[in-house]
Amino acid sequence: MDKQTFLLEIGCEEIPARFVRDALSQLADRLTSWFQEHRIAFGELKTYATARRLAVLVEEVATQQTDLTEEVRGPAARIAKTPTGEWSKAAAGFARKQGVSVEELQLKEWKGETYVFAKKHLQGQKTAEVLAQSVGEVITQVHFPQTMRWGSDKARFIRPVRWLVCMLGEKVIPIQFAQVTAGNVTNGHRFLGKKRMIPAAELYVDTLREEYVIVEIEERKSMIIRQLQQLEVEQGWLIPVDADLLEEVLFLVEYPTALFGSFEKEFLSLPKEVLITTMREHQRYFPVENAQGELYPHFVTVRNGDTYGLENVAKGNEKVLRARLSDARFFFEEDLKLPIANALETLEKIVFLEELGTMGARVRRIKDIALRLGQLLAWQSDSLQKLERAAEICKFDLATQMVGEFSELEGYMGQIYAEHHQEDPQVAAAVYEHHFPRSAGDRLPQGDIGTLLALADKIDTIAGSFAVGIQPTGSQDPYGLRRRAAGIVQILLQKAWSKIRLIDLITFALDRLEQDDLLQVDRTLVEKDLKQFFIRRMKAVLQEKGTRYDVIEAVLGAVEPEPLLTVKKAEVLMKRTSLEAFKSEVEGFTRAANLAKKAREQSFDRSLLVEEAEQELSQALDEAAERFQEAKSEQDPEQMYQALALMAPHIHFFFDHVMVMVEDPQIRQNRLSLLKEINQLVEQFAAFEYLVFAS
Amino acid sequence: MFFDPMDWGWEAVSRFYFTAKIGGVFVELQQMIIQLQNYWSKHGCVLAQPYDVETGAGTLNPMTFLRSLGPEPWKVAYVEPSRRPADGRYGDNPNRLYQHHQFQVILKPAPADIQEIYLGSLAALGIDSRQHDIRFVEDNWENPTFGAAGLGWEVWVDGMEITQFTYFQQVGGLETNPVSVELTYGLERLALYIQDKENVYDLTWIDQVKYGDIFYQPEYEHSKYTFEISDVHLLFQLFESYEKEAVRALEEELVFPAYDYILKCSHTFNLLDARGAVSVTERTGYIGRVRHLARRCAKAYVKQREKLGFPLLKQGEERSNG
Repeated sequence: MDKQTFLLEIGCEEIPARFVRDALSQLADRLTSWFQEHRIAFGELKTYATARRLAVLVEEVATQQTDLTEEVRGPAARIAKTPTGEWSKAAAGFARKQGVSVEELQLKEWKGETYVFAKKHLQGQKTAEVLAQSVGEVITQVHFPQTMRWGSDKARFIRPVRWLVCMLGEKVIPIQFAQVTAGNVTNGHRFLGKKRMIPAAELYVDTLREEYVIVEIEERKSMIIRQLQQLEVEQGWLIPVDADLLEEVLFLVEYPTALFGSFEKEFLSLPKEVLITTMREHQRYFPVENAQGELYPHFVTVRNGDTYGLENVAKGNEKVLRARLSDARFFFEEDLKLPIANALETLEKIVFLEELGTMGARVRRIKDIALRLGQLLAWQSDSLQKLERAAEICKFDLATQMVGEFSELEGYMGQIYAEHHQEDPQVAAAVYEHHFPRSAGDRLPQGDIGTLLALADKIDTIAGSFAVGIQPTGSQDPYGLRRRAAGIVQILLQKAWSKIRLIDLITFALDRLEQDDLLQVDRTLVEKDLKQFFIRRMKAVLQEKGTRYDVIEAVLGAVEPEPLLTVKKAEVLMKRTSLEAFKSEVEGFTRAANLAKKAREQSFDRSLLVEEAEQELSQALDEAAERFQEAKSEQDPEQMYQALALMAPHIHFFFDHVMVMVEDPQIRQNRLSLLKEINQLVEQFAAFEYLVFAS
Repeated sequence: MFFDPMDWGWEAVSRFYFTAKIGGVFVELQQMIIQLQNYWSKHGCVLAQPYDVETGAGTLNPMTFLRSLGPEPWKVAYVEPSRRPADGRYGDNPNRLYQHHQFQVILKPAPADIQEIYLGSLAALGIDSRQHDIRFVEDNWENPTFGAAGLGWEVWVDGMEITQFTYFQQVGGLETNPVSVELTYGLERLALYIQDKENVYDLTWIDQVKYGDIFYQPEYEHSKYTFEISDVHLLFQLFESYEKEAVRALEEELVFPAYDYILKCSHTFNLLDARGAVSVTERTGYIGRVRHLARRCAKAYVKQREKLGFPLLKQGEERSNG
């Protein structure tokens, strides 16, 4: 037999659902590399996982490692041979190191010189032996965002590793990890199954199925979905399947059995999201609806087990849900009694971020930023008043018991409570809406007040964090700053809001922080970092649109890139890349830019322009500048570019006919200054030097 | 078969079930404690008693906090009445209490089959895993004030959280080695589940004595004291005095007395905090002071045990050699 199946199963105590998929794909990648590096041919890789096990099955593994023939280059012949033509000590050393005898060394030409070469031949070992030597290392190569130690061993993993199965065909590969030695015995379902010997690697899935473990992820998933659908048919319900919940449930159970329970109809008077959050987030239940999207007083849960004692499970879960819903109703009723003014007082006692003071202080900052934005947009006084009120109360629901208990309902409850207290409907809506977008692809605030508040709220968090030295690093972004910045960019990408410049937002936020003496980092540095931070978010937007890499660099290299205009500029440039004239235009801009760097800080003097070519260029600049500004005020990047393109032939003509670096320092400087002014106009559009043309 | 459980309804089934399981005795809270004590005693735990200084959790009892430090093996189980002043509800709330009861188990190092051993304790309480849905749901635990953190789960029975299951990674700011496993059963919750009650005060402690008969009055009075009557000025003074005394004891290398005063600091702070007497900015300061002391104390404990030559380590070796 020359091909066999390889199996590695890592048996763990319950791995948190959110880590399973990534760990499994890492394990598969590591194993793939391991087999490649060790010259062992293999077929298909299959992955399996539950909360208690990560497993990879590799099919058609060659039982023998491939032989390796390799030619290694040693020292040059002039060193490898003594003057008398003998092999030198250097050559002998090289041969020893490569494991060949000196007689086997050969001389060959390489890049014009003669070198000594050794032809190495490594006999392939038995796969089982190679596996036993080092395949265990793949376990230590799986990285988790969080690891732990257990017992007395130093080993780290996501949760304690309690058994290992490692087999090639029927043969056990006794690797070790964390004081556990691999065998061929796996554990079945915790309550329904037992320990079982796996007769051969390829029987892994079937053996576990007999022990009530559906180890194949997709099989388990379709079991769950089928059971939910069956309940829908039997009961005449709709069970909307939340993808995240399904994913979590999928990795909470090894043998799924869906069941339903009920709760008292009176609880349906609670706001829908309260019921859904209680069921979904806290109990991992699927809520049940009718065709109109109204909730039924039932829930569906997926048990880790079979149907035995299912009544008990249903009753137990009903009891837990009843207690939770009673709590929620109690909070709701209490919260309705809490005047907004009292809630706002409590905000003075809630810390936002140690260095940035209380929630109360934060709300005052948000209010001032929002009002400045309103003024910038020349809002009428009644709108400004509503904006001010919405800003004042935008965080009051943090002081309510419901939000204290269910933080994911922040905003949603705020709107309901604000309406209850007869706040203006637009104001109440803004209390909810200003939290959006909460994630990529989430909805944007619809109302004007909610939108300005969303910008003010997000920029205060971002600028405030930067101001006290908190910035996201690598995968760490505990305050969700990237998500917030992406949210701001998403909002500003809408035409209606593109008048607000990023720099205005940054300035307003920093002004306000400065007023409270909260800047711990130098303001110019913070400002620079913030701009960079937003540029990276815009880069992500452009990349998602499939913009060419060099075009992204060019438009983001423009002076103060604004989201919407930047995206449109990128579209203009992407279109132009296919046009013949484009390359020449860009060359013109870059030629000007290169010399412009040498100019001093002085504006050019028209009376010093002597040559015809430079006078023409100066006129072209005046015309281009005028048209550019006009197009810019209409946010029309196509026309902006056309204005710049006007100058291109004149730039080339200028360089072809005028010598810039002349002896006369006055004239030289003046010509440089002219180019500098051209470049300043061009830079407002893009940094063209980043564009790459196929030669 | 002489009865069909489906006709009896849930209460009757569970009553029958638990009655049948534990030799004819209905599972009163007192029985639960006895069952857990017996079970863990059989698994080699020292049965300790609740600590006589106020604690917010079983973890803060020195039998856990100090003993989980250093290399010495340790197994202990005890009930810990745990005070959380801010959770006081004048005896009005069916679930929240000024003082609740935890059944705490520490096993150091954590045995390899600890999950099975733990599930055995549920069986001892009459919870048959085949009849219920038992799950380990991710829940990591942290007490920053005492520099303690661990990874683990909440154990759910039919959706109800009944135990916190944690592998300590850090205690008193020190890395644990070996790692202890901490099992904390919330006794009231577990009893609500087993007795199928909705309100803690309706729980049966023994025979005719209800939980409310024993604890309603203290719940009411402690809540009233905490939120309305406590002498804030005196409490601030006490905090300062306890802190000084803790430092003095530490300077004399007296770990256990120092630790008692740190616990007193912590409880005094909790009283002040529940009263709303500590401002936002002060709050961090007070917590920092307790944390600082807890860390110092943890270090001092390990040093003292080292001086003594880690006696339990030697006994463990002798036992395993003999």
